[in-house]
Amino acid sequence: MNIQMPRINQIPFFFKNQNLLIQCGIIFFMIIILITLIGPFIVPNDPFTANMSERLAPPSSVYPFGTDHLGRCIFSRLIVGAQSTLGITALVVVTVALIGIPIGLLIGYIGGRLDTVFMRLADGILALPEFILAIAIAGFLGPSLMNLMISIVFVKWIAYTRVVRSIVITERNKDYVLAAKVGGSSSWKIIRRHMFPQIVSPVLVLATLDIGKVILTISSLSYLGLGAQPPAPEWGAMLNDGRPYFQSAPELMIYPGLAIFFVVLAFNLMGEGLRDKWDVKSR
Amino acid sequence: MLHVNSISKTYHSKPALRDISLYVNAGESIGIIGESGSGKSTLGKIILGLEKPDQGDVHFRGSNLHTLKAQALKAFRRHLQIVFQDPVGSLNPKLPVWKSVVEPLENFPDVIPSFLKEVRLDRKKIAEVLFQKVGLSPELLERYPHQLSGGQKQRIAVARGISLEPELLVCDEPTSSLDVSVQAQVLNLLKKLQRDLNLSFLFISHDIAAVQFICERIVVLKDGILVDAFLTRELFSTARHPYTKMLVEMSMEQDQ
Repeated sequence: MNIQMPRINQIPFFFKNQNLLIQCGIIFFMIIILITLIGPFIVPNDPFTANMSERLAPPSSVYPFGTDHLGRCIFSRLIVGAQSTLGITALVVVTVALIGIPIGLLIGYIGGRLDTVFMRLADGILALPEFILAIAIAGFLGPSLMNLMISIVFVKWIAYTRVVRSIVITERNKDYVLAAKVGGSSSWKIIRRHMFPQIVSPVLVLATLDIGKVILTISSLSYLGLGAQPPAPEWGAMLNDGRPYFQSAPELMIYPGLAIFFVVLAFNLMGEGLRDKWDVKSR
Repeated sequence: MLHVNSISKTYHSKPALRDISLYVNAGESIGIIGESGSGKSTLGKIILGLEKPDQGDVHFRGSNLHTLKAQALKAFRRHLQIVFQDPVGSLNPKLPVWKSVVEPLENFPDVIPSFLKEVRLDRKKIAEVLFQKVGLSPELLERYPHQLSGGQKQRIAVARGISLEPELLVCDEPTSSLDVSVQAQVLNLLKKLQRDLNLSFLFISHDIAAVQFICERIVVLKDGILVDAFLTRELFSTARHPYTKMLVEMSMEQDQ
């Protein structure tokens, strides 16, 4: 007897034929994006309105996760905070890629003294612990979200430059590049047409994995008071706000902590899944 | 057309080429024979201007290739093309093959090869004509290198090599990474193109039979030194250098 399995056609293309890691990551990712985009329109309360008579209230139908030490709705603040945390992260990662990739392509392809200068500079920056350096810069420039981003970008571009550079160095002496040279292609054209496609998937993997790390860095620095300033809702800043009340009202820290945890997890799952799928070696 | 004057090249204090001189006349094909490590690929790269010799110079149509400025060198590129040994490495794995084939013509918009008069405008059409020229079906245009066989890839590399209708095509062991049956097909293709386009080959190989088939003259390299130079029909003459005789004997033994 021949039983025909029902065929599932409804699965969208980016979900089909992916491994479990990516699938979990994608589901998380979609939920996060959805919350970030429509969240501010559906929150039950204004995240900025303080209501001192309702401070540290337990979860209720009005305040799903309760209220914080100023009587603000934790749930609303979390949802709205997603926008600033994820928005800054996306901005940081994109900026870092836009700075790191061109430098990597250029110094990898041209090599020589330019390469030496940039790599020694990178070594110099990396000689200091990444996080400490970010704290130092953010502290030096003064606490604000903008300075926080600058400090992270300053440290992060190196990773992208290194990955891109190492790929370009292995590719640039292959015969197809020589053939392009013999065919009269300029260095610019070779970088654009032949080098760039080689770096796309490794950089995507790196960026996806990095999003998790950047969220943690932003949250950590905000927790230390160097990032988002009150009363702006940002997950790290919310953790900082909740710290004095940790013993009496731990939910003030637990909810933002969980939010950070799940978002980082989602991006790490996706990044690892993509890495396995594209067989990109971690460098 | 091409004059190579007493070229020397040293890699890591080991001499790769010592005092090599040779010439290629227009329409004539020269074979360079030698075992691996004899410096023949290095010689090919120097002739293409991809590497600079330590001493000596290369004159192509009266101009010294290695003292030319970038722009002038580019202008000479259209007359000097190459087919590499390994078709896997010579095509960008991330590009559909037709893009690799039309790349040289993109860089020389004013070059109009004789076989392309009617379809000068559309890049895809150009690729199609070039594919026909090397006996490939247009169905393969959109494929990526990993979806093609070694012989097909090498034909594509040849198509790219002839796309500018160069005067000299350097073939660096174009058949040695292919199966024996495919080798014969590619050699026949090269022979046909040589006739159709009045191409000169600089045919670098350790396969004496292939060189004999393609070339009118042969030079023999051993450890970076040119030990013998002669017309192909004199290959079996008693006047040959002992090393040449040895190579000939070795290739005869392999055939049996």
